[in-house]
Amino acid sequence: MGVEGIGARVVRKEDRRFITGQGRYVDDVKMVGMSYAHFIRSPHAHAKVKGINSTEAMKMPGVIAVLTGQQIVDDKVGNLICGWAITSKDGSPMKMGAWPAMAPETVRFVGQAVAVVIAETKNQAKDAAEAVVVDYEELPAVADVRAAIKSGAPQLHPEAPGNIVYDWHIGDEAAVGDAFSKAANVVTLELTNNRLVPNAMEPRAAVAHYDQAEEHYTLYTTSQNPHVARLVLSAFYNIAPEHKLRVIAPDVGGGFGSKIYIYPEEMVALWASKKVNRPVKWTGDRSEAFLTDAHGRDHVSKAEMAFDKDNKILGLRVKTHANFGAYMSLFSSAVPTYLYATLLSGQYVIPAIYAEVIGVYTNTTPVDAYRGAGRPEASYLLERMMETAARQLKVDPTELRKKNFINQFPYQTPVIMAYDIGDFHASIDAAMKAIDYAGFAARKAKAKADGKLRGIGVSCYIEACGIAPSKAVGSLGAGVGLWESAEIRVNPVGTIEVLPGSHSHGQGHETTFCQIIAERLGVPISQVSIVHGDTDKVQFGMGTYGSRSIAVGGAAIVKAMEKVEAKAKKIAAHALEASESDIVIENGEFKVTGTDKAIALPMVALAAYTAHNLPDGMEPGLKETAFYDPTNFTFPAGAYICELEVDPGTGKTSFVNFVAADDFGRLINPMIVEGQVHGGLAQGIGQALLEGAVYDDTGQLVTASFMDYTMPRADDLPSFQLSHTTTLCPGNPLGVKGCGEAGAIGASAAVINAITDAIGNNKLEMPATPDRVWHAIHG
Amino acid sequence: MYETNYHRASSIDDAVAQFAKGTDSKFLSGGQTLLPVMKQRLAAPSDVIDVAKIKDMIGIDVSGDTVTIKAATPHYDVAQSDAVKKAIPALASLASEIGDPAVRYRGTIGGSLANNDPAADYPAAVLALGATIKTNKRSIAAEDFFKGLFSTALEDGEIITAVSFPVPAKAGYAKFPNPASRFALTGVFVAKTKAGDVRVAATGASQSGVMRVGPIEQALKANWAASALDSVTIAASGLLADIHGSADYRANLVKVMGQRAVTAAG
Ligand SMILES: Cc1cc2nc3c(=O)[nH]c(=O)nc-3n(C[C@H](O)[C@H](O)[C@H](O)COP(=O)(O)OP(=O)(O)OC[C@H]3O[C@@H](n4cnc5c(N)ncnc54)[C@H](O)[C@@H]3O)c2cc1C
Repeated sequence: MGVEGIGARVVRKEDRRFITGQGRYVDDVKMVGMSYAHFIRSPHAHAKVKGINSTEAMKMPGVIAVLTGQQIVDDKVGNLICGWAITSKDGSPMKMGAWPAMAPETVRFVGQAVAVVIAETKNQAKDAAEAVVVDYEELPAVADVRAAIKSGAPQLHPEAPGNIVYDWHIGDEAAVGDAFSKAANVVTLELTNNRLVPNAMEPRAAVAHYDQAEEHYTLYTTSQNPHVARLVLSAFYNIAPEHKLRVIAPDVGGGFGSKIYIYPEEMVALWASKKVNRPVKWTGDRSEAFLTDAHGRDHVSKAEMAFDKDNKILGLRVKTHANFGAYMSLFSSAVPTYLYATLLSGQYVIPAIYAEVIGVYTNTTPVDAYRGAGRPEASYLLERMMETAARQLKVDPTELRKKNFINQFPYQTPVIMAYDIGDFHASIDAAMKAIDYAGFAARKAKAKADGKLRGIGVSCYIEACGIAPSKAVGSLGAGVGLWESAEIRVNPVGTIEVLPGSHSHGQGHETTFCQIIAERLGVPISQVSIVHGDTDKVQFGMGTYGSRSIAVGGAAIVKAMEKVEAKAKKIAAHALEASESDIVIENGEFKVTGTDKAIALPMVALAAYTAHNLPDGMEPGLKETAFYDPTNFTFPAGAYICELEVDPGTGKTSFVNFVAADDFGRLINPMIVEGQVHGGLAQGIGQALLEGAVYDDTGQLVTASFMDYTMPRADDLPSFQLSHTTTLCPGNPLGVKGCGEAGAIGASAAVINAITDAIGNNKLEMPATPDRVWHAIHG
Repeated sequence: MYETNYHRASSIDDAVAQFAKGTDSKFLSGGQTLLPVMKQRLAAPSDVIDVAKIKDMIGIDVSGDTVTIKAATPHYDVAQSDAVKKAIPALASLASEIGDPAVRYRGTIGGSLANNDPAADYPAAVLALGATIKTNKRSIAAEDFFKGLFSTALEDGEIITAVSFPVPAKAGYAKFPNPASRFALTGVFVAKTKAGDVRVAATGASQSGVMRVGPIEQALKANWAASALDSVTIAASGLLADIHGSADYRANLVKVMGQRAVTAAG
């Protein structure tokens, strides 16, 4: 409805303040009497903390306090938690070591905080930190997941013998065994899913204030989910009860998952604000972000796929070792299990699947969900497998995929997921057409004549978004429900405020959510504003991750709107002396259908608040809330095809074309969707070609700055050709599926498949740097 | 950043005098290397003497067979200079490939040479072209100037004022950027002097900084053509190895970039 409703390419409302430098981020918050925190971090990957001497530091100018891990323990501040309980094969619960916010006894990764200096200025805090003497006794360290499980490896936590957190499995091992015994062909593949550093543009930050008179805390923090942060800070870390703690996530400059978690630094800032009775600010720098933001991915896997003589898949067997780093971060345990292995059926009919996942501690930065979270790992494994199989079976990779596609929906996979709807042929056909797949052989031959190795690679991904219903995730071990809430306030003058439980840190909610209202009421989006990110203003909500804000949060908005509209119709009918069932909403007016009688929304709103003439028994006001718990995950899917050239002299890859055909269900704002896909593809391509966190054997992060960690830049990327094929999601009222992670999930396999096609060697790991590709060509 | 005293020098003499007054002074030119290092608290000069605004240190002069670039001239000016593009196009092209626009507007040739980063671009041109580094005290031949990683023949308080390049008959530069930093993973500068000599220098490759590449020079002396390098092998020993490139990969790049530099030179 209208030019600003669903489907309109409305320019983002929030961009005016971002582009003109007027965004308000945590570091922009200033308070009277504010002090500054600087953390003292371990230079060692594994060491005993024998003592911390702050005598000299305390004498330095501006120093207010030096606080240590022991004080955190003494104050009974809770350890960091992991919110998803995973049970091992043998029925035992996962085995976790304690993670105190600052290490009182043992440090287990480079960058782990042992103490914090609070001073009048940031520079004074840094100066004093250099004067704090920490006595470390170095211990042997292990950074590599394969090395960590060997006997004799350095041990991180006494609670987790052999450094094993869990040894989990899913699927039917016997059925898979049968499938392999009947197989005409078996294809095997070993691969690594490289560790990534999220690198949101805005580093993490916190401003904490303790109000002694009210015994009340306020925390400004870079969070994707302020209510979850408040819940965890109060229920588990014992810092303050929820009603005495306000958490505000103002403008947040990118998250990609890394700002879901409640980190030690934010906790310590809050705790310290009471200890020193001053507001405390901490703003991480890029080096701290590299060392302490939860990293992503880091799997080593072995996979085998069984085919019958007609190239139909019979079974899949996967064994994955997942590197968790030194501690179990908030959702880490779920990532390589329920967010990964449950997607191993991909777009295919695979009658039997069995996956084992071994979660392992190492002396590295903790690993948790990062854009896609588990699904990129599943998609990369499966789509490299399909390409490898096609080459081994000597069939066209698109034919092999089509032959095995799921065509009937709903479809129950052998690994929990029940896909509601999709059309995988439509997306691969669209992508093949867009890239002129049929003409590739001729293009390859021409490139060869020019001395270039040309390749084409396909990736057909499916993912599960929304991470709900709550009952289902609860039964799988989740500590929280994954519903969403929304409140809609129609003000007395008829303007509208939407208070969603989700939070925007780049996604454009301030525009998209307004479009939903515009669609339903026919009002311009300028009449609607979004209020989010403040626990004092917004009722409890679960936040933004897992491409859930529209798929789950959007539905909550619709539910709340339905209630608002129902009441407004009653008021309008009463005013117009018409029957409620005859009232229709058009262009911001409530009309009696088939007549010219109408009352505008502001008059309805005013009537609701003056309450002079409401139907008998009706409460005044026009404000409704809704909580929405979905009945299933949503399943965005699509096909990506990449065409590229490799320079055999240097191993450098150059893109020729990259096409994406996604099915996200209904698109609210196609421009914003395209932006999300571009960003996701950049991260997927970044993983494939450029990015990789590298640790040396002693647990030092080698890629601890942009000098060595290759962040994708615009000129590393092709100009994407995007298109959409649509099946509407039957599970929610908007028919939407979510689009935030797809690019990062599907892109990397397409790129690597294209390179391995170009060079004729399948032994290639990500990131496929020029050095690696050159070695793969020349040995 | 630690506290420091900032001085803006008005002349070369003033810069030298100010430098001498501090207990641990540093010249500051474009600040593209020094300032990040100071921000990370990895350098703590007592005094920084800003030379970037000294009039006698900015500008490009071409006379006869010599191109002189004053030390505080930013990379952008070199890249854009018609005179440089005409006399030594490879030098302008090299400058246009340093870092990003912000770095090129600020970073200077003097700062780059004084810093002598083993992956910096200018040292390859200076060595291959046989340039002369002029300081407030003396003239130093390129051969004698570079002394391994991050070290040069400069004495404490000695200031580079200009660099003069003899105009070659032909020259070309080919850079393979480090994917992360975009410094040279390996860059090769080839030059044929007007007297017919061939000089080739590689940056980014060697454990001891910018180096002459004998085998390529010999092959090109015999035959100035990219194909002349087909049979050349570059030894991997003594070359850098890191996560971005093994020693044998860099050895390959020296050859391949050498070939591309010859093609660029024409
Ligand atoms: C993001 C980024 C990317 C970059 N990419 C590249 C690249 O691709 N290739 C490349 O070659 N370089 C690159 N650089 C480095 C850049 O070229 C710097 O400009 C250069 O290394 C230093 O020059 P400067 O004028 O900034 O020197 P400064 O940082 O001011 O000084 C550097 C050092 O030189 C000394 N110094 C400066 N001027 C003089 C002088 N006249 N006499 C004596 N000593 C002096 C200083 O005391 C200091 O020790 C990059 C830098 C950055 C930040």
